[in-house]
Amino acid sequence: MDFLNAIVVLANFVIVPGLAYGAQLALGALGVTLIYGILRFSNFAHGDTMAFGTAITILGTNALLALGITFGPLPTALLALPIGIAGTCLLLLGTDWLVYKFYRVKKAAPVILVIVSMGVMFVMNGIVRFIIGVGDVNFADGERFVVTARGFRDATGLAEGLAIRTTQVITVVVALIAMALLFWFLNKTRTGKSMRAFSDNEDLALLSGINPDWVVKVTWMIVAALATTAGVLYGLDKSFKAFTYFQLLLPIFAAAIVGGLGNPLGAIAGGFVIAFSEVTVTYAWRRVVAYLVPEDMAPDGLLQLMSTDYKFAVSFAILIVVLLFKPTGLFKGQSV
Amino acid sequence: MNPAIRTPLLFGFVAVLMIGTGIVQGWNSALLILNMGLISAIMALGVNLQWGFAGLFNIGVMGFVALGGLAAVLVASPPTPGAWQAGGWNILIGLVLGAATVVGAVLAQSRMQKGRLRTITTLAILIVGFVVYRAVFDPGVNAVEAINPSVSGHLGGLNLPILLSWPVGGLLAAGAAWIIGKTALGLRSDYLAIATLGIAEIIIAVLKNEDWLSRGVKNVIGLPRPVPFEIELQQDPAFVERALSFGMNPVTASGIYTKLAYAGLFVIVLLILLWMAEKALNSPWGRMMRAIRDNETAARAMGKDVTARHLQIFILGSAICGIAGAMMTTLDGQLTPGSYQPLRFTFLVWVMVIVGGSGNNWGAVLGGLLIWWLWVQVEPMGLALMQLLSSGLTDGSALQTRMVDAAAHMRLLTMGVLMLIVLRFSPRGLIPER
Repeated sequence: MDFLNAIVVLANFVIVPGLAYGAQLALGALGVTLIYGILRFSNFAHGDTMAFGTAITILGTNALLALGITFGPLPTALLALPIGIAGTCLLLLGTDWLVYKFYRVKKAAPVILVIVSMGVMFVMNGIVRFIIGVGDVNFADGERFVVTARGFRDATGLAEGLAIRTTQVITVVVALIAMALLFWFLNKTRTGKSMRAFSDNEDLALLSGINPDWVVKVTWMIVAALATTAGVLYGLDKSFKAFTYFQLLLPIFAAAIVGGLGNPLGAIAGGFVIAFSEVTVTYAWRRVVAYLVPEDMAPDGLLQLMSTDYKFAVSFAILIVVLLFKPTGLFKGQSV
Repeated sequence: MNPAIRTPLLFGFVAVLMIGTGIVQGWNSALLILNMGLISAIMALGVNLQWGFAGLFNIGVMGFVALGGLAAVLVASPPTPGAWQAGGWNILIGLVLGAATVVGAVLAQSRMQKGRLRTITTLAILIVGFVVYRAVFDPGVNAVEAINPSVSGHLGGLNLPILLSWPVGGLLAAGAAWIIGKTALGLRSDYLAIATLGIAEIIIAVLKNEDWLSRGVKNVIGLPRPVPFEIELQQDPAFVERALSFGMNPVTASGIYTKLAYAGLFVIVLLILLWMAEKALNSPWGRMMRAIRDNETAARAMGKDVTARHLQIFILGSAICGIAGAMMTTLDGQLTPGSYQPLRFTFLVWVMVIVGGSGNNWGAVLGGLLIWWLWVQVEPMGLALMQLLSSGLTDGSALQTRMVDAAAHMRLLTMGVLMLIVLRFSPRGLIPER
């Protein structure tokens, strides 16, 4: 029995990666949920929006590095983040003006908008490939670890090490800041309140003199900021590849739906639910259990419920269970 | 324009495109495009059945296509010697136990009184069932995958004619569609979309990882063919003589001969499915489907069982995609799970249906042929365009290399722009629904 070591192993392989991944999913799901709440359609181009924002940020990072500017121990990409957000803002506002506005004015059925967003997805995917290609791009620089496995072992004298990467800490901190800003904006400012009113009841909101065009514009700008941040954090933590971002669509939607589409708080909760289920189901529990049970009972197998390649299956299974038993999501979303 | 003139004109245009390709790029490449175009047209028919007839939003086409491909392997490839004795039965029994667990849990949920006892029983069935399933299943998998892993390591198939795999692929896809439809139909349309997107990814993950089934990313190659091999024809003196009497190179002629044979098979399947779809569209059943699509509440009020009809058409459309998938794997002669990409196999089919004209079977077929031709040709056209645009720049300059490299990504952009333009200016497609 070695309780402390078990906890350290658990923290190293489940809790820390799960927290970082959950924060990235939550930021992505917030974007999906905001679009659903205000514009009332599921945006299939969200994964590629994230990829676009990240691609612009990478270009900005390279430019900054070429100028000799770095962020000390932190990744330079954080300095370039505003550039990425601005670029994505322009792209999304342009897309809205060129594509979505027509259908909004016509009051087209939501499913038509979903199909339109599929077309936008194609175009954005093409643009991202134009800009940066299809290869893997690793753009994390600065200090790699906050706590290294060896340093942790030396400091505590435990057999197991705990490594915390800089990107993981940054992910959680930046995500918290972004979420706090979003909730402050939605709850305290006049524009934020009008957005919530618009989402709750469009007719009443229009009646009370809220300008729908302004609400839609602000929504796209916030979505651009959230998507770029989520994409850059994910890219820093893993690496950037256009195709991976497209595949993130499934866990992000699962997070948004599990939390209740249209509900920002639910999106955050959903992100962490999905992330932790993915990590716990695909983690091989042997080492944790080996520390917890008497030595002669140590398990032979890996105690892995599913191989890591089935992580999609996990988000999908959770999604189905929630849809069957609680179709509006854990928090009350606005789904019909 | 009158549809009676418009439809033949558009199909004539596609024929001109194909013939033009044949003259400019050679008949072998033209037939290659035509064959995949025919398969794409069948996929588009399946999606049109679901979306055009019934308004069901299925973006899991890739999964059903891949299941069809799996059918080709399971039906036609030779069985691996000793695999069944080593662990095949374990795998089979394990799968049955796994299915029994799920059925047991579902039965417990539906038959027992609501309450804590039901939750505990369901969980107990699931946990015990999972442990038993892994205990039976895993040794079987390990035994099968240990058999000569560099060339086989999978169970193999039944060694039956590969043409049989086409209906079997349809059946496999229909079975998967039944499971998905039972759970996800009746929810709102975006949820069905997400559910199908997810199931497609899971099917691909299974094909990539379950080596005992489909060799995973090691691919199954050398599947039997329904038509003779080119090399056999080239060694056949009678064929060589005939080719020479037409004034053709026997190597080229053998390629054209086999591709024409494939095209003939595909056209037969396409015509049968098109005929069936047209009959269905113009039958009372088809009118009921469109009534449900246009106003679900009214149809329900008329006593139509909307959920059951949706399930029916979802299964039919997915089965057609499965057939197309088996045909594609037959044409390729190999199953490569790594090559299934949602943009290519799901969203491109959607572009075909939208551009061709949703709700019109002829439109879907036209879209399949036309969009596939464009998908293949955009890359060389883009390359030529980029070379023209960058011809003023110095050779080998960074910008020029960048522009020429970027031409490879023209495809997605073109497809997206085309889809957006059609949706905006001609939302009913090239051949609109009557």
